[in-house]
Amino acid sequence: MRAPLSWIKEFVDIPANISAEEISNGLIRVGFEVEEIISQGADLTGPLKFAKVLSIQELTEHKKPIRYVGLDCGEKETRFVICGATNFAVGDMIVAALPGAVLPGNFAIGARETYGKTSNGMICSARELGISDEHAGIMVFSQADVKIGADAIEGLQINDVIFDVAVNPDRGYALSMRGIAREVAGSLGLTFTDPVDALRSIKFSETGKGVSATIEDRSSASVFYLRTMSNFDSKATTPLWMRRRIEKMGMRSISLVVDVTNYVMLELGQPLHAFDKSKIKGGLTVKRAGKAQKFLTLDGQERTLDPDDLMVCDDEQPLALAGTMGGLSSEITQTTTEIALEALRFDPVCIAKNSRRHKLSSEASRRFERSVDPSLAQFASARFVQLMTEHSSAVHVATVVAGEPLYPPVVKIDPAHISHILGFEVSNADVARILRLIGCDVDEKSWTVDPPSWRADLVGVADLAEEVARMIGYDKIPSILPPRPLHASLTPTQKRRRAVATMLASRGLAEVQTFPFTNRETIDAMGFVGERSATYAIANPMSEEFPLMRVHLVPGLIEVAQRNISRGAKDFAIFEMGSIFRSSQKLVPAISPDLTKRPSHKVIDEIFASVPPQAYHVAGLLVGKVENENWQGKARSYTWHDAIEYAQDILALCQLEWSIKRSDFAPWHPGRCAELIVDGKAVAHAGELHPRIIASYGLPERSVAFAVGLSALPDSSIVRPTRVGTMPAALQDVALIVDEKVTAAEVQASLTEGAGDLLESISLFDRYDKIGDGKISLAFTLVFRAPDRTLNGDEVSAMREAATAAAAKKCGAVVRSA
Amino acid sequence: MRQEDISQWVTDAQVAFSAATDLDSLKTARLAHAGDKAPISLASRTLGSLTPDEKASFGKIIGDGKAAIALALAQATEKLEAERDRKVLLEEVVDITLPVNRRHRGGLHPISIIKNEVSDFFIEQGYAVAEGPELESGWLNFDALNIPADHPARTMQDTFFVEPVESGMVLRTHTSPVQIRTMLTQAPPIYVICPGRTFRADELDATHSPVFHQVEGLVVDKGITMAHLKGTLDNFARHMFGPDVTTRLRPSFFPFTEPSAEVDIFFNNRWIEWGGCGMVNPKVLHSCGIDTDIYSGFAFGMGLERTLMVRHGITDMHDIVEGDLRFTRQFGVGL
Repeated sequence: MRAPLSWIKEFVDIPANISAEEISNGLIRVGFEVEEIISQGADLTGPLKFAKVLSIQELTEHKKPIRYVGLDCGEKETRFVICGATNFAVGDMIVAALPGAVLPGNFAIGARETYGKTSNGMICSARELGISDEHAGIMVFSQADVKIGADAIEGLQINDVIFDVAVNPDRGYALSMRGIAREVAGSLGLTFTDPVDALRSIKFSETGKGVSATIEDRSSASVFYLRTMSNFDSKATTPLWMRRRIEKMGMRSISLVVDVTNYVMLELGQPLHAFDKSKIKGGLTVKRAGKAQKFLTLDGQERTLDPDDLMVCDDEQPLALAGTMGGLSSEITQTTTEIALEALRFDPVCIAKNSRRHKLSSEASRRFERSVDPSLAQFASARFVQLMTEHSSAVHVATVVAGEPLYPPVVKIDPAHISHILGFEVSNADVARILRLIGCDVDEKSWTVDPPSWRADLVGVADLAEEVARMIGYDKIPSILPPRPLHASLTPTQKRRRAVATMLASRGLAEVQTFPFTNRETIDAMGFVGERSATYAIANPMSEEFPLMRVHLVPGLIEVAQRNISRGAKDFAIFEMGSIFRSSQKLVPAISPDLTKRPSHKVIDEIFASVPPQAYHVAGLLVGKVENENWQGKARSYTWHDAIEYAQDILALCQLEWSIKRSDFAPWHPGRCAELIVDGKAVAHAGELHPRIIASYGLPERSVAFAVGLSALPDSSIVRPTRVGTMPAALQDVALIVDEKVTAAEVQASLTEGAGDLLESISLFDRYDKIGDGKISLAFTLVFRAPDRTLNGDEVSAMREAATAAAAKKCGAVVRSA
Repeated sequence: MRQEDISQWVTDAQVAFSAATDLDSLKTARLAHAGDKAPISLASRTLGSLTPDEKASFGKIIGDGKAAIALALAQATEKLEAERDRKVLLEEVVDITLPVNRRHRGGLHPISIIKNEVSDFFIEQGYAVAEGPELESGWLNFDALNIPADHPARTMQDTFFVEPVESGMVLRTHTSPVQIRTMLTQAPPIYVICPGRTFRADELDATHSPVFHQVEGLVVDKGITMAHLKGTLDNFARHMFGPDVTTRLRPSFFPFTEPSAEVDIFFNNRWIEWGGCGMVNPKVLHSCGIDTDIYSGFAFGMGLERTLMVRHGITDMHDIVEGDLRFTRQFGVGL
């Protein structure tokens, strides 16, 4: 919402020593953010004159139309200038910048030779003067509006300060000069004159029969003023001062009738709509469209009405999309002589729905959605009649009223409650004074507060507390820490996530955070199928490129890896932690319990259950070399076992035990993917990425990845350490020949089982696969230790033999002779 | 055998040992003054021929002399060995400035770091860290927060809806549904912060991202006032931006708080919008079944990206979302 200082001054007595900065700060202090202070005319110096066009010579030898124009600037001699615009004729009044003038952008005007002529000045467009963006042509006026030779800076009221104010949705009243001026006055302690006061007692004589007004459903609109005027001559033009104010508000002057409706809306906040009365069949009724039908709005667009759209209709058809936009069929035209002026107080939700359904946000709908002062239907329509009578031949015929204004209900408060909310003492007298300042009636005996007609948002003591606080100033609120609980800590889950991230980061992996969006092509390219490929679709995605929620973290890591590679990185490791969104359950229709009380446990549980589980994962992608290569020489590349090691490290960090098996699992290489199983559940996968994926995404060959379902991991149980043995250990090496299909894990498991309780540890120290015949050799070190004695050679040999015997039985292992 | 002779042998030995310039010459001196043929060694062998009285007195003198010689030898040996080591080890010098950074340097994402930092700060104040789903029920994201379907406040937040739209499921536009979840499942006193990822249909540009992070705080307890809100924000701001930062509350509007405020910080010589806050709207407390005659509360929320950008002077959001390692690694693990 724009607010020119010159207009604010009409309603607020602002002393000359108060600067624009102070006014802006005053607005900010009471909750109106000033986004920009525009000093119009600050970069403009004259002479700038109104001039009459005396002659036009078209210079046709140029690529574009060029005019050599003779001007009467109130000087003795005709002044000639070159002009590229063509939207004027002999006899029109224009604005001429004379040599010596400086226009915005430090554009100095002087006499100059151009197009073979001497141009002694310039005819200006609105944009060249810095007063609007209008540059379709030069500014044109009628002789009635301006005087030849008069100062145009003064005449166009260019010098002004315009505040661009952000108005919060609860303060619809401030989408008007009346509202902004009230806030300026309230904030700075100045006297405010309500423009409505002058309209309260205004009476118009009834000279005939007006158009009838009906509200079919009082929940859609409370009051309807319909004023009929006749004898209008459409040649009447908008007075320059009104046109300039409308322009300063960022709107365009269109015609007198439209301009006056807009002007009154900007001044008071009540949107008005003027119909050509001759186009109305019968009377006007506010009602629902009732059925789907075509409707042509003022902007020339044909829209299909929803049966629920609120419309202003005549006896035959809808004439306006209520509170949003008028219809083309009944708009004011050059031939209009009779006007029906609608001023309605609509229900905000009805207009919000109209606007949303048709994706049509207008100056009117913005105000209606934010609630309009219900008393304004009467006063704003009166203001329209007043201005029309002043500036045209139109006369009032009749006023018809339907319904009556519905005012905000009174609020009963305990004034002490306000101090309790704010945290500092506000006297009852101050509470009453401030509430009156913002327009409330306050009965200090019963503490009944009657909010002003324009403040439908004041419904409880909290709302009134905000009013008191903002008028006293939020800077008066003291700074005190609340009483707090003595202890809190991260939950085990939160600690675990943080430990995993910190471990990976300190091992050389860089954390990334990607957008959790994907598309079907990526899901398919990864090879995800079945429930691992099903996900939720966004109804209104940012781009059609990523309309789905991600089902896995690896695709995002691949995208980041590609970006880093394209920027020159070669060897690196990255990881991400976050939710994935496989559609594990069908979404049910929204559960929306009533808000006046806490929903039942059952309903709360249903709401929680309606939100699908979103698994929390960590995944890493390792590409290129394990280390940076430098003067010390080459480094090896990441390989499948690095990925498995990271996955195992995560499980180990979480104090979990797991088993491992090979798995054919997307997006991994079917022969080089490990599945880690905890409590019978596959919780992690790691290994080399599928070569097809590596090739299609341009990753270095044999890039590897791991993914761990953190939310699927069981809680860590408390550590119960085994006693540390202090007796000497006995080491035994065994080399076994097995079939190459037998896994190391199987052999190790059988050795462990056979070795007995005194086996302290076992580790594979050699693997040899060049034996041939489909055989491999696996060599293990077994460490035995007894808690209470030194083991003798016979005991140790017996345990070793028991171990190898078990391996022979379970895995067909043959002890390799030396 | 005279006492003077023994003193002289000791002196000779001390002089010879300290004159030795290396371990070889010390060995020669040792053989001469402390070896089997050294005068004092020879003299000690003659002790047996002396009378018991002489044996006692000379035995002590010779013993003291041998001890003095041994001490001098040990000192000289230690000194010369140290000199030798210095020389030898000096020859093993290497260029320790050679680059040794073979291992990849990792790091946490700066958003994780700042999230941890905020969480730790509030945990120390006795707040729990509450979390909730990113794909969230519209009732929890909007209705329960006093944002009705057709209120203009709903359009303040460009929401991503999930199909089918009748489900009302949205990508949460703020972490406030976590506040509602907390109030629906937990009785006051409530002291929580809710950090997490949020979504709004904004184009990615230098200062906006459709996916971003917030941290919100919620306190519901007896006698909570706006002064407590201000105190908490002051404390929080000082923790994040340093002891000299000042905060300013400006009246504002949020459907879920009343009174509402924007909180600005004065940082690097200018006022910067940091977040929103206010006293929890009694309507919201009512819908969660909290008795507003007994309890009141405050809430606040700020963007983590914004906090990070302001504090670290980051000028482009792209750096935060793109995952370029050169950006992330600079933050380490946040120490």
